[in-house]
Amino acid sequence: MAEQSIISPENLVYKKTGVMTDRELHYCPGCGHGTAHRMLAEAIDELGIQSETIGVAPVGCSVLAYYYLNVDMQEAAHGRAPAVATGIKRVLPEKYVFTYQGDGDLAAIGTAETIHACNRGENFLIVFINNGIYGMTGGQMAPTTLPGMKSSTCPLGRDVLTMGNPLKITELVAQLPGTYYVTRQSVHTPGNARKARRAMKKALEYQKENKGTCVVEVVSNCPSGWKMNPVESNKWMEENMFPFYPLGDIKVPGKGLVSDGKNGS
Amino acid sequence: MKKEIRLMKGNEAMAEAAILAGVDAYFGYPITPQSEIIEYLMSANTAERTGMQVLQAESEIAAINMVYGAAGCGKRALTSSSSPGISLKMEGISYLAGAELPCVIVNVVRAGPGLATIQPSQSDYFQAVKGGGHGDYKLIVLAPSTVQESVDFIRLSFDLAFKYRNPVMILSDGIIGQMMEKVELFEQQPRLSEPPEWATRGKKPGAKSTVITSLHLESEDMEQVNLRLQAKYREVEKHEVRFELFRCEDAEVLFVAFGSSARIARKAMDLARSKGIRAGLLRPITLFPFPVEEIRRLAGQVSGMLTVEMNAGQMVEDVRLAVNGRTPVEHFGRFGGMIPGPDEILEALETRLEEWHQKQPA
Amino acid sequence: MAAKGDIIIDIERCKGCQVCLDACPKDVLEMSRKVNSKGYQYTVKVNSDCTGCANCAIVCPDAVISVYRVK
Repeated sequence: MAEQSIISPENLVYKKTGVMTDRELHYCPGCGHGTAHRMLAEAIDELGIQSETIGVAPVGCSVLAYYYLNVDMQEAAHGRAPAVATGIKRVLPEKYVFTYQGDGDLAAIGTAETIHACNRGENFLIVFINNGIYGMTGGQMAPTTLPGMKSSTCPLGRDVLTMGNPLKITELVAQLPGTYYVTRQSVHTPGNARKARRAMKKALEYQKENKGTCVVEVVSNCPSGWKMNPVESNKWMEENMFPFYPLGDIKVPGKGLVSDGKNGS
Repeated sequence: MKKEIRLMKGNEAMAEAAILAGVDAYFGYPITPQSEIIEYLMSANTAERTGMQVLQAESEIAAINMVYGAAGCGKRALTSSSSPGISLKMEGISYLAGAELPCVIVNVVRAGPGLATIQPSQSDYFQAVKGGGHGDYKLIVLAPSTVQESVDFIRLSFDLAFKYRNPVMILSDGIIGQMMEKVELFEQQPRLSEPPEWATRGKKPGAKSTVITSLHLESEDMEQVNLRLQAKYREVEKHEVRFELFRCEDAEVLFVAFGSSARIARKAMDLARSKGIRAGLLRPITLFPFPVEEIRRLAGQVSGMLTVEMNAGQMVEDVRLAVNGRTPVEHFGRFGGMIPGPDEILEALETRLEEWHQKQPA
Repeated sequence: MAAKGDIIIDIERCKGCQVCLDACPKDVLEMSRKVNSKGYQYTVKVNSDCTGCANCAIVCPDAVISVYRVK
């Protein structure tokens, strides 16, 4: 007996949110950026704030984030997204403002802008994608590249004695009085992606209360830069990135610091 | 309502003018000789007076990018700095020009290169007029020579910035920024109420999202953007040239000088006249667009031109381009923070006069 | 018995990353033998065990999966 199709509008339980555009994403197969974009878009959708949100795109792989996120956006110079977001939020304090930045943008060239925006407690959300590599320029060492990890500018592996140590900037900004909610998530499994979406939603809700900067780090993969297939890269991320960048809340409202980021590293 | 007349320092007068002009936000970083601007704004209770936001940023780089963010929302955003700080802002200025955002940048010029000295100079002419940041772009550049103009140009700059969706630079210097003069302030202007349609203010339901960017990955698109920018600059050249002439009707020699130097050159012109030399003065008020046509016209009348600049010879190149060989063009300058006196300017003119007269066609 | 859940895959947008295969608790998904116009193998549904849990759709970086479930 032929099965009766259940595909009908009343049975639809999940489709791409309208806060994403219909444009095809340019990211490499399996890259976490697409999922991270969508979790942010779903958080905006669930809160019903699409028309009150202004985002800031970085320089890096997500330089074209405004092709995909269906909200008003500004494209910032490399590393300057927190300064641009400061300018937006100061003149339009009633809007929801976020930056979406990679590790090179946020933790290398934009370190000063990141730390000072967090220290002033600017009321916006920073979404920080940490995949430990410069993806856009072809896989060079990032401020968050793990010790011993290979990249095109540390082909023998990162030697911390000459190249410096990976920067745990999320733990660093959690120390600042201006940050309100700081958490580290991932989007590589359904459970993790749902948690990341909840974190971003919470962070956007806090923005209404003017409590300070919220930072949601997403530890993510870079299959092309890491030279692995997507499934392998997610496994490698669990085994190597998570011990150094442990998932979970780092600073939560009402409790303050709940993690020192030292587990396992 | 009677207009208010006050004795004010150039920097403070510009700060007050910004409040009166209905500026929405100022972002800056202290640097001599312009720190009075942010100090004044921070003490002026702008939040209560007009709602203007004032923030001391962590760097000049952050400040210009805050301007970008606020300008992208269609607000009147202002920053100020002095030479080394303006160098730091150049990245952001290029992005502002590329994204076609209106804003005003004040440069109270000090000497260079490098850290140099805090004394006044005009050595950022090239940087202001020829670019400074990367790419083919132009700033509209206004050069005040009095505290009064410093005040008036704040308001004019925002009008021009929004008219052309382009950054405007006020190229002041350490003399005008620091000296006190009598100024007539204008009446309080309202802050902008209606956002321009290109601004990011939150996507309207059903409408396409608004994006502020200077990124155009396809070369065909990027060329079109450049062509549109160039067409805009040609419009600016056609409509916005501003200059002032002193005793040019019968002039046989011409001084060309802007900003502070123009005031000193005017004195040198008077000295020359008292010695029987029929000198005139052209003071460019807009450095871009440059008064090319007027200089070209005067080239047919005078036997030579002398630019007076507090630099090693920068504007002189634009005067020569305008004159295109029709009459000799020379430069006299003091620099490194040294200010030329009228006597030495006159002397510089006299040493060239004989040579110029010999070159005159019989 | 009719299936409890089902999915529609926009195969032209699929990049064949296989992240959804790992996420599916019922082993409903496999890679196609054919390739799409971009040259990628794409995800296909190979049995009727789909429960409509949406795990595949949530982890899909390219948002190519829509999910249906009898409520």
